[in-house]
Amino acid sequence: MSKSVVEVPPKGGFSFDLCKRNEMLANKGVNPPSFRKTGTTIVGLIFQDGVILGADTRATEGPIVCDKNCEKIHYMAPNIYCCGAGTAADTEAVTDMVSSQLQLHRYHTGRESRVVTALTLLKRHLFNYQGYVSAALVLGGVDVTGPHLHTIYPHGSTDTLPFATMGSGSLAAMAVFESKYKEGLTRNEGIELVTEAICSGIFNDLGSGSNVDVCVITKGGKEYLRNHLQPNPRTYTSSKGYSFPKKTEVLLTKIIPLKEKVEIIEGGDAMEE
Amino acid sequence: MTKQQANWSPYDNNGGSCVAIAGADYCVIAADTRMSTGYNILTREYSKICKLADKCVMASSGFQADVKALQKQLAARHLIYQHQHNKQMNCPAMAQLLSNTLYYKRFFPYYSFNVLGGLDNEGKGCVFTYDAVGSYEKVGYSSQGSGSTLIMPFLDNQLKSPSPLLLPVQDAVTPLVEAEAVNLVKTVFASASERDIYTGDKLEIVVVTADGIRREYMELRKD
Repeated sequence: MSKSVVEVPPKGGFSFDLCKRNEMLANKGVNPPSFRKTGTTIVGLIFQDGVILGADTRATEGPIVCDKNCEKIHYMAPNIYCCGAGTAADTEAVTDMVSSQLQLHRYHTGRESRVVTALTLLKRHLFNYQGYVSAALVLGGVDVTGPHLHTIYPHGSTDTLPFATMGSGSLAAMAVFESKYKEGLTRNEGIELVTEAICSGIFNDLGSGSNVDVCVITKGGKEYLRNHLQPNPRTYTSSKGYSFPKKTEVLLTKIIPLKEKVEIIEGGDAMEE
Repeated sequence: MTKQQANWSPYDNNGGSCVAIAGADYCVIAADTRMSTGYNILTREYSKICKLADKCVMASSGFQADVKALQKQLAARHLIYQHQHNKQMNCPAMAQLLSNTLYYKRFFPYYSFNVLGGLDNEGKGCVFTYDAVGSYEKVGYSSQGSGSTLIMPFLDNQLKSPSPLLLPVQDAVTPLVEAEAVNLVKTVFASASERDIYTGDKLEIVVVTADGIRREYMELRKD
């Protein structure tokens, strides 16, 4: 009998040992559990005084909405925020991790974090995992070098853009941006455009929905407008309401008393101290 | 090299949900009006409800091309019946016809999940529920489609006929009044639209009574 050694990759990472088994199971019709994805529309644009990020608030598990009001705009640093699309666990984990790394870096350097630092940390991590960490991000912030906006793809490539969209609703949102974006937008114009783009995703993409979150970052500070717009209230609530009095029906009652196996002797010795 | 799987499918799922509830002297049939494919919406105003006979209405979700073909087939057969028997088909007869039509294509099925509702010969509400190949059952209420897993448990809770094991045998038809049943349907669809991405836009409600067929609409979430 040969000794079986479990191959553990050095320094952690993914182990692909079970891939063959998964393939065999898939052929037999046993499907792997689905991931919770944020169907999603996320956008970012650069305006006169800084960066505006926007996101919808629907999280889906296949065709079902599992969270009607989740937060997709993640904190990275006081002056940097990141929107995440793709597998929810991946976007949360990767943004939290880089956020911690940035804070340690701030303590080490004594300076405000720069957007390119966050960008490099994120893309190095994602490239290292060869696309298996399914996180598509829109990173935006303002630092000493000015306002920055980047998109980061799951495989680790990045783009630097004046306006960007990601997620399943990205086409719907980009259609709005391409039609209406211009340089030097004011704060209110920018917020309105971002809201319009997210709404386009919300109403035309089934993977996105519910409310609009907006985050405005300028040199002076940031403004996180959670649920800036709520265009999807519940359409109907019954005026009478519903009661749930029914219990499970009793079809048959049969009581079998337990037989005594051990005789109980009253007044045994007290336990010795 | 692994065997290449077929990458063209003759079917597509256009989503949507439908519901039917039978009452003492009425029948409520409802469906949403959204037609989608993948993550996209094809149209917000597509009717999934079809009047098959005077007192017989069918709602179908699934692949709408197959649904359309099925509706045409049933309409044609109904016309022949009218010529031969000089009267409209009643609901139980149409139910059997639908079952036979679906089973006829047992080995290349209509991708259509149907609920049939209407009044039987005595004027009492009746609902028939089907699977894709024609297995059917007369029930007091039913739902089909993408939202049915969300809708059915609630209907079970509110309308469930007492267990068939209980004696004396009790009727499947709900004791609710027509207005209450319509209210229930509206609540159920509003709730399903919250959690099912394929259900939404508008709700079409059809009520079949002795006086005829009445149609009503309600707005649903559009996201």
